Amino acid sequence: MAGLKHIFENATVTRINPRFRHEMADAEKLLLCFQCGTCTAGCPVSRFSSFYNPRKIARMVQLGLKDRLLSDAALWLCTTCYTCIDNCPQGVEVANIVRSLRNLSVKERRVMPLISKKLALNILRSGYAYIIPESRIRRRITQGLPHLPRSNLKQIAKLFEVTDFLGVIENVETFEKVEVKE
Amino acid sequence: MKNSNPEYLIFLGCTIPYRLTSYEVSARKVLKTLGVKLVEMPDFNCCGYPIDLVNHELASALATRNLCLAEEKEMNILTLCNGCFGFLNKVNKMLKEDEGFRKKINKDLNEIGMEYKGKVEVKHLIHVLTEDVGFEKIRQNVKKSLSMIRVAQHTGCHLLRPSKYTLRDGLDGHTLLKELIELTGAECLDYVDEGECCGNPIIGVNEDIPFQMAREKLEHVKKVNAQALITVCPFCHIMYDLNQPLIERRFNERFRIPVLHYPQLLGLAMGFTPEELAINDLRVKPIELLNSIYNAE
Ligand code: SF4
Ligand code: SF4
Repeated sequence: MAGLKHIFENATVTRINPRFRHEMADAEKLLLCFQCGTCTAGCPVSRFSSFYNPRKIARMVQLGLKDRLLSDAALWLCTTCYTCIDNCPQGVEVANIVRSLRNLSVKERRVMPLISKKLALNILRSGYAYIIPESRIRRRITQGLPHLPRSNLKQIAKLFEVTDFLGVIENVETFEKVEVKE
Repeated sequence: MKNSNPEYLIFLGCTIPYRLTSYEVSARKVLKTLGVKLVEMPDFNCCGYPIDLVNHELASALATRNLCLAEEKEMNILTLCNGCFGFLNKVNKMLKEDEGFRKKINKDLNEIGMEYKGKVEVKHLIHVLTEDVGFEKIRQNVKKSLSMIRVAQHTGCHLLRPSKYTLRDGLDGHTLLKELIELTGAECLDYVDEGECCGNPIIGVNEDIPFQMAREKLEHVKKVNAQALITVCPFCHIMYDLNQPLIERRFNERFRIPVLHYPQLLGLAMGFTPEELAINDLRVKPIELLNSIYNAE
């Protein structure tokens, strides 16, 4: 019985969601992927780590392996170099699929890289992705540079609110590093 | 026809004022001399690119807010950063082409009393130099030919791809920076994998992979004996200049390749001093490079 239970639990983990690809950007194009592997061959991240493989990601989305994909830490390794988009013979925009998966993972699992949370909070507080130190702002004068433009923080907060991100950012789990497993 | 009185809203982004004012200082100097008038953004927020991975809609709304600010000013945007260019330009084109997307983002923007109309264009520094200023005018402004030096270039991903957003009439993104470099008289060397990514966008979650990518790039550049690497993006620059000593230590290799912002190289050719171009801000000091430039006679 213990064995059966084990299998059942595994089955839950790899639950198949056939409508999953419709949650992606460019869902229709994804059907055209014939697994040629051109995307992976040209991907700089895959070249240094087989842990990351865009061809496999495209396949898993086709198969509807939603849970497995959304909890896969490798998702966060895409550098957005867009080589895969320009190389795919079928016009599949793999990098955009990876972006959709990341977005969904944030929305449904409430997890994101710590750095992303920090940058988002900085934008909310200052309009800039980094809090620019006073010394830097003063140095601009001696460098002959004009004042930095200010941000309308009320409007920025509103945009966070209407895109449902304010609640997410206040209540999200974060991770610091993606450990690469070969 | 070249635009004889180009005027742009300068969009600095976040990384340049935070860490790389040397790029801004040198760009403003050369653009002023070349007759490009820069107007400061009246209001600003991050271009949105760093948010795209966690929330595409918010990132697009942040980009669009900047486009709306430019529309109010009735001016096109000039960026120095590849990330800002890539994202603002892509969102601008998506809004123009995709009605559903425009409606959705405008609904967000309406909440803050704004509406995107699709009246402005976004250009990167290298587009303004080639399309508005023009090679002829740049050539006329070169006072000191840099024919004694040999360099290599790294254009950076978001100026090159996705090509459906980055291709511009008759101009190949892969050769633009080379041609701009050659206007200074310097030789621009070819090397292996010139279009390869710097790796910077993932450094916050993993250092191993980007450092290996950057190491490989520096090895390729060293192999052709380039005296400097020329960049046009703060992220690429941070990877190759600021992080170069870390990469050297990590892999126990020695590169010592100075990495200059393109307007620093052009500025030297236009007769500005290294001080005026904030060259001393660079992590890898270009001592030999400057020696060959100034002791060549
Ligand atoms: S290059 Fe395109 S068709 Fe080939 S595996 Fe990748 S996504 Fe599929
Ligand atoms: S965009 Fe991402 S998945 Fe595509 S080639 Fe670049 S790193 Fe790989």
